[in-house]
Amino acid sequence: MLLRHTTEEIKERKALTVNPAKTCQPVGAMYAALGIHGCLPHSHGSQGCYAYHRSALTKHYKEPVMAATSAFTEGASVFGGQANLVQAIDNIFTVYNPEVIAVHTTCLSETIGDDIPQIVSKATASGKVPPGKYVIHANTPSYVGSHVTGFANMTKAMVTYFAEPAEKRSKTLNLIPGYVEPSDMEEIRRLTELLGIEAIMFPDTSRVLNGPLTGKFRMYPEGGVTTAALSKIGAGAGTVALGAIASGPAAKALDTKCKVPCEILDLPMGLLATDAFIDTLRRIAGVNVPEAINYERGQMVDIISDMHQYFYGKRVAVVGDPDQLLAWTKFLVSLDMYPVYLVTGTPAGKKFETALRDATRDVPQEVKIKVPGDLFLFHQWIKQAPVDLLIGNTYVKYIARDEDIPFIRHGFPILDRVGHSYFPTVGYRGGIRLLEMMLDKLLDRQDRDAPETAFELTM
Amino acid sequence: MRKIAIYGKGGIGKSTTTQNTVAALAEMGKRVMVVGCDPKADSTRLLLGGLAQKTVLDTLREEGEDVELEDVRKKGYSGTLCTESGGPEPGVGCAGRGIITSINLLEQLGAYADSNDLDYVFYDVLGDVVCGGFAMPIREGKAQEIYIVVSGEMMAMYAANNICKGIVKFAEAGGVRLGGLICNSRKVDNELEMIQALAGKLGTQMIHFVPRDNMVQRAEINRKTVIDYDAEHPQAQEYRSLAKKIDANEMRVIPTPLEIEELETLLIDYGIAA
Repeated sequence: MLLRHTTEEIKERKALTVNPAKTCQPVGAMYAALGIHGCLPHSHGSQGCYAYHRSALTKHYKEPVMAATSAFTEGASVFGGQANLVQAIDNIFTVYNPEVIAVHTTCLSETIGDDIPQIVSKATASGKVPPGKYVIHANTPSYVGSHVTGFANMTKAMVTYFAEPAEKRSKTLNLIPGYVEPSDMEEIRRLTELLGIEAIMFPDTSRVLNGPLTGKFRMYPEGGVTTAALSKIGAGAGTVALGAIASGPAAKALDTKCKVPCEILDLPMGLLATDAFIDTLRRIAGVNVPEAINYERGQMVDIISDMHQYFYGKRVAVVGDPDQLLAWTKFLVSLDMYPVYLVTGTPAGKKFETALRDATRDVPQEVKIKVPGDLFLFHQWIKQAPVDLLIGNTYVKYIARDEDIPFIRHGFPILDRVGHSYFPTVGYRGGIRLLEMMLDKLLDRQDRDAPETAFELTM
Repeated sequence: MRKIAIYGKGGIGKSTTTQNTVAALAEMGKRVMVVGCDPKADSTRLLLGGLAQKTVLDTLREEGEDVELEDVRKKGYSGTLCTESGGPEPGVGCAGRGIITSINLLEQLGAYADSNDLDYVFYDVLGDVVCGGFAMPIREGKAQEIYIVVSGEMMAMYAANNICKGIVKFAEAGGVRLGGLICNSRKVDNELEMIQALAGKLGTQMIHFVPRDNMVQRAEINRKTVIDYDAEHPQAQEYRSLAKKIDANEMRVIPTPLEIEELETLLIDYGIAA
């Protein structure tokens, strides 16, 4: 009973977060930056920040994460980080030769008010940025938003720095996959290719953070969107952005800057959200949906109808990042499950909360929602009235163990299992995997608790 | 839309000069927004007829991140739009960060959007450029034009010269330029000539000499700009001509700050020793 001090009684809390359901902006910014080919993320702050962000990513992806830091000292805090960053840019291009340095700020550099574009133009003017190389930046103070905000900001920076307004529109679509796993990005690309659509996806961390062990170290793995591709996004026929919170700002910025129309959809998790994604791609690109995709969809529908009795009426508690949380909620509702406790640590705003409320309007039980909330409150709700299934990141395992509830790991971070890097949870195949994960947990529990007379061979 | 930042030594009369100039611009039919960047939140008092304004940072602290533009921007004299960043009490927290947060929030809320149809945005910035936060209004994409309020007193000129050093740093990287010095007279001997000479050395102009007049204090006690309080008074005319000069000004330079010895020589040549 590691969480035995969590009480059922809920007391009003305003200024205290216990067991947060989020981490800080630079983690997300670093992850997004790794989705550019040949990019070295750079943390403009003290060394502790960058060490934490790198290890946070490494623990989740089980891959080395390369990054650099401005290594602030007391002096840099007083006099500003210009000298450090200019020197860092010089060193990085000389020693590590990346295509892009993606600078993100930290609490300290934000608070002292370092102006990154001004410093970078100083470095450029003094010849520290070789021709054809780029330095981009995003402001990522950790006391604002969460890792999802950081991801959104860095993705938006890709638009700000690379997108050029074009006179002639190409047929290429822009895809912003959202803060999802490398495997999910791979799956989104596979579906797009099956539809015969040419697309530029950014960021793209597949083959960067889920690559094979080859015995050879590559500072810059083969994956990631290239700067050449990014320079063409302004000429795109349209943008499909997945997840309003993580991808919305970049899509809107691209619309404003280059007049590329955007459609912002839910993450394609579950049947209906994937339908919406495929249908949007079909409509914008003017293509037909191939049999291969219909086949996968049919398989998913088959599982849902075969196993519906096991889903029906199950109470589920979900904690996760906003885009995932909304997608999960709609998916669960579509299966006639009851998502009763919904928490995200990200301050995603009233509009997001309303979207969750709308999605759960027809759930015939009381639904509790907290945006932003923490795992402590989430646990208290569960203590008051238990659920049949828990969905969340690794930190939720303490609640699952104490309360003895079946638990699915999904989201960021997953520190104690593998799989998320290789098997997607988006698209129809991803949906099938989610169904399988839920059924495994629910049926294992039924088997475990069934009296001998009701221990079924066939389910 | 022209975005203008007003800097100068503390107590030199930045807020008073800014608000009177803004009132004159509004009178000319211009649509102006004032962004007060001073924790004391008194940059819009004369336009609003009192410290009625709830600051951006107070609102943010009390209501969380779901702030509406109407919560933090009020209509003042002659349709001017007034916002105050606000900030911590003296001695605590970080006022510089407050300015960064507040300007970011105003941008997010669409305070600068085309739909506002603004002719001018004025940033009234506290004191000297003391930390990164106070330079926020002159970062790339924000104010492109700076006016420094100065008087013939040595420390005011010293501060003006210091501010110019800050401007050089930002001007090298971006589009921000110095538009001129505004002399807010303290009735120092040879003040006009001295500030003109300082402006010349800095490579800029003294755009206007605002004479000292008690009417300014009288209007201020009544929570009004001179233009609002006594439109016919000669001092109101001074602010009108300052506004006209700013409206017509095309001189934008990267200043050439002086060495301290040079500044002292200037004071000796024109000042007390003269």
